[in-house]
Amino acid sequence: MSEIRDMIVKPIISNNPIALQILGVCSALAVTTNLKTAVVMTLAVMIVTAFSNMFVSMMRNHMPSSIRIICQMTIIASLVIVVDQVLKAVAYDTSKQLSVFVGLIITNCIVMGRAEAFAMKNPPIPSFLDGIGNGLGYGVVLLFVGFIRELFGAGTLFGFEILPLVTNDGWYMSNGLLLLPPSAFFIIGGLIWLIRTFDTSQVEAPDFVICKNSQKEAV
Amino acid sequence: MEAYISLFVKAVFIENMALSFFLGMCTFLAISKKVQTAIGLGVAVIVVLAITTPINNLLLNYLLKEGALAWAGYPDVDLSFLGYISYIGVIAAIVQILEMVLDKYFPALYNALGVFLPLITVNCAIMGAALFMVERDYNFAESAVYGVGAGLGWALAIATLAGIREKLRYSDVPAGLQGLGITFISVGLMALGFMSFSGVQL
Repeated sequence: MSEIRDMIVKPIISNNPIALQILGVCSALAVTTNLKTAVVMTLAVMIVTAFSNMFVSMMRNHMPSSIRIICQMTIIASLVIVVDQVLKAVAYDTSKQLSVFVGLIITNCIVMGRAEAFAMKNPPIPSFLDGIGNGLGYGVVLLFVGFIRELFGAGTLFGFEILPLVTNDGWYMSNGLLLLPPSAFFIIGGLIWLIRTFDTSQVEAPDFVICKNSQKEAV
Repeated sequence: MEAYISLFVKAVFIENMALSFFLGMCTFLAISKKVQTAIGLGVAVIVVLAITTPINNLLLNYLLKEGALAWAGYPDVDLSFLGYISYIGVIAAIVQILEMVLDKYFPALYNALGVFLPLITVNCAIMGAALFMVERDYNFAESAVYGVGAGLGWALAIATLAGIREKLRYSDVPAGLQGLGITFISVGLMALGFMSFSGVQL
């Protein structure tokens, strides 16, 4: 039981796909201007990762290793097509907002990376859970970034007004920078700093250490 | 002609693949420690984008689009839902072919670019360019210009970031920000710089 819990919980903080494994950063930055797209994107990625892991794992003993990448690609691309068609049918507006980023789940490194690193070596059910766990880890970062960007950038959450804007006779002057691309980088950089301050084992060793100033200053 | 130049400048600077659409971020962050390798990867991306974007455009216009199969006698067939799987297949196949051709005829170039080519299949920038091409309905010539421009913009961004990171090694960075954290912050500052191109109109 604890193994299953580990598989789902570990990727959320201690082995987070975005903050530690540097996987799937592209879409994490692009879809986080508001929470709604972030939630939809999280669900889509989680479903694709979980099922692609499961199918790759089922087929792992039948795939010749020389063409395994293209086999995995085919499985992933088919799943993404299914997700995309469902999204277009159920939530057309959101799928328009996500524009190309649903299609880009195919090249999302989380899906590929987990298929290659975990599903090729493990049976289907653990692989499925690993996919769910990594999808959640991805989602946590997305929701965190989306929360900050939407709340302080537009004063809303899920489109509901939380901080009344000055333009609507409120008191909050929105920070337009948060809706622009660069802010996503700063927020994720800050998030990594936060995680690594509490979990010091993740800190990377510097290439060069600056030596202490041993010489007395000239008088 | 002017429209093409404007499209090119837009693809390189204003709608920079890496800095304003965040595409190809994984490789962008992972392979930017040295300027030399960064430039190698950048050139490989330019080559692959310049080839795959126009080819995917042909595929879209003559096979997948609604009514595209009219030349084969099936004017009512709409295969656009097969888009994703076809684009990624084309990209994977072209990268593979390019690798073999370079290996056979241009060994020097192969040695320089070879290690990066397999990585490029899963680079979101390549797939992203194909999908933007579809979304914005570019014609063949536009998609070729867009492919080269997008590749050049990405290469420019990764080479610049590698230059910054080489200098950054000698700086005293707080422990928690060391490595990945400070890289994100520097990319953010670069993106801020590139945003100043957004007013450029040709």
